[in-house]
Amino acid sequence: MSEQLAVPHADWAKSTLISLPRLVLSRISTLSLAELQKIRHDRTELFTRAIQPALWLLIFGETFTRLRVIPTGNIPYLAYLAPGILAQSALFIAIFYGIQIIWERDAGVLAKLLVTPTPRVALVTGKAVAVAVRALVQALVILILAALLGVGLTTDPLNLLAMVVVVILGSTFFCCLSITIAGLVLTRDRLMGIGQAITMPLFFGSSALYPVKIMPGWLKVFNRVNPLGYEVDALRGLLIGVPAQLGLDFGVLILAAAVMISIASALLARLAH
Amino acid sequence: MSALLAVRGTGIRHRFGNTVAVDGVDLEVAAGTVFGLLGPNGAGKTTAIRMITTLLPAPAGTIEVFGVDVARYKLAGRRLIGYVPQQLSADALLTGRENVTLFARLFDVPRARRRRIVDAALESVGLADVADRIAGTYSGGMIRRLELAQALVNAPRLLVLDEPTIGLDPIGRASVWDRILDVRASTGMTVLVTTHYMDEADQYCDRIALMHHGRIRALGTPAELKAGLGPHATLDDVFRAATGDELGGRAGESGVGKSRVGESEVGERMRDVRATRRTARRLG
Repeated sequence: MSEQLAVPHADWAKSTLISLPRLVLSRISTLSLAELQKIRHDRTELFTRAIQPALWLLIFGETFTRLRVIPTGNIPYLAYLAPGILAQSALFIAIFYGIQIIWERDAGVLAKLLVTPTPRVALVTGKAVAVAVRALVQALVILILAALLGVGLTTDPLNLLAMVVVVILGSTFFCCLSITIAGLVLTRDRLMGIGQAITMPLFFGSSALYPVKIMPGWLKVFNRVNPLGYEVDALRGLLIGVPAQLGLDFGVLILAAAVMISIASALLARLAH
Repeated sequence: MSALLAVRGTGIRHRFGNTVAVDGVDLEVAAGTVFGLLGPNGAGKTTAIRMITTLLPAPAGTIEVFGVDVARYKLAGRRLIGYVPQQLSADALLTGRENVTLFARLFDVPRARRRRIVDAALESVGLADVADRIAGTYSGGMIRRLELAQALVNAPRLLVLDEPTIGLDPIGRASVWDRILDVRASTGMTVLVTTHYMDEADQYCDRIALMHHGRIRALGTPAELKAGLGPHATLDDVFRAATGDELGGRAGESGVGKSRVGESEVGERMRDVRATRRTARRLG
């Protein structure tokens, strides 16, 4: 059998010439598949992570739907809230990914990955999209929960496909932000502290819970530079059909994800050293 | 000349801040041999390995792996290398087969042959029967063999092992070495290994380089090195002679190169200690 291992890998060794976009796509599919395999083997996290969004929808959503204090026009508050909670759930998964990558560094996993013929930008993108795949599985749970609570969600396949893209872009940005912070602080404890410190401002500084028009001026400014705000706006437009600036949302999310992938790729070296 | 060499390092140097970890090392590893890199904690051997595997840049000197300048052509160099880090690094949430397949995909093994090659790698390390079990249920020795399979799936020409038997019991150590030697015998690949175990170095390595304070202090076959000290000398004696009696202990007090070490040596030694603790924890 070892003969298989002895055969010089002449043909695939030539694949040094594989173009970067092809390498990136290949690594995205490889790392996403591994993520799905892990979810298949251990579904505990899917259920435990579903508790918090369920509480937001059931308690916060139901209560504020009855109170009618948040001006959401003709849309029931629960329907208004559901896309925001979906974005929040994806954010929580992605923003703490840095802890995982620091663990991977400590366990030698990162070093082993970096000795494969994978450019850092492809590794970071692959990791980020793999995290997005986990977020998408979580999003599916939230969508089912929202539908069970009577939220009228879109069934348009194109809108659902666009939603998938939005979650991937948003998760990629926040995952790479987390890798960037990990590359700067280098320890799990520090990253945990920073992650906790920035998560709530990102969440409350977006339109996840309330419309931008009722925010104070300074928060409106923050919302304009907060990628989560664009993610929520796009998800709301796609899932419940409220007017949204989809072109702007996609543009900002694509640009933000691309910039953050570049920064995280540059800082990955610090983790590897 | 370099066509016959698996590794050729010329004047390689690496510093962390103001301190030098690898200090102008010249290193030649002949193709098809098992080459051991020995030295006390903080000697610079892990830094040297990390430079050869492209994990660290080589700011001075050149490193060629089978004639490929790995600093310039990183991706081409990595396709020649299989790497097993010091820590037990298999993914505990994936099965043995999924762990190996992951690396087959990362090394772009063609889909048509992937399954066969993954099976062959698992069989070569004696894990074919438990390939579909979650790796988290494996013993430390089995995880180490799984990592070996991950490294082999690329059919590397150079297998780099950083302390491959650390934390394993004697049976696990022997089992890992048996697999390494089996694969070497059947494939002809070169093995570059760091170890603290003198008995392993004596028994399994064709040649040894003894590093201390970032430099190579002794180089040769185990027999040559021992003969240089006397008829009854052991490799432990050679180690003590080359490092100033610092076996597993305090480096940096012999006076040789003292000014160049210090922080980096302490830092690297602490990294070694932390890595060993992590490995011990994972082994339970």
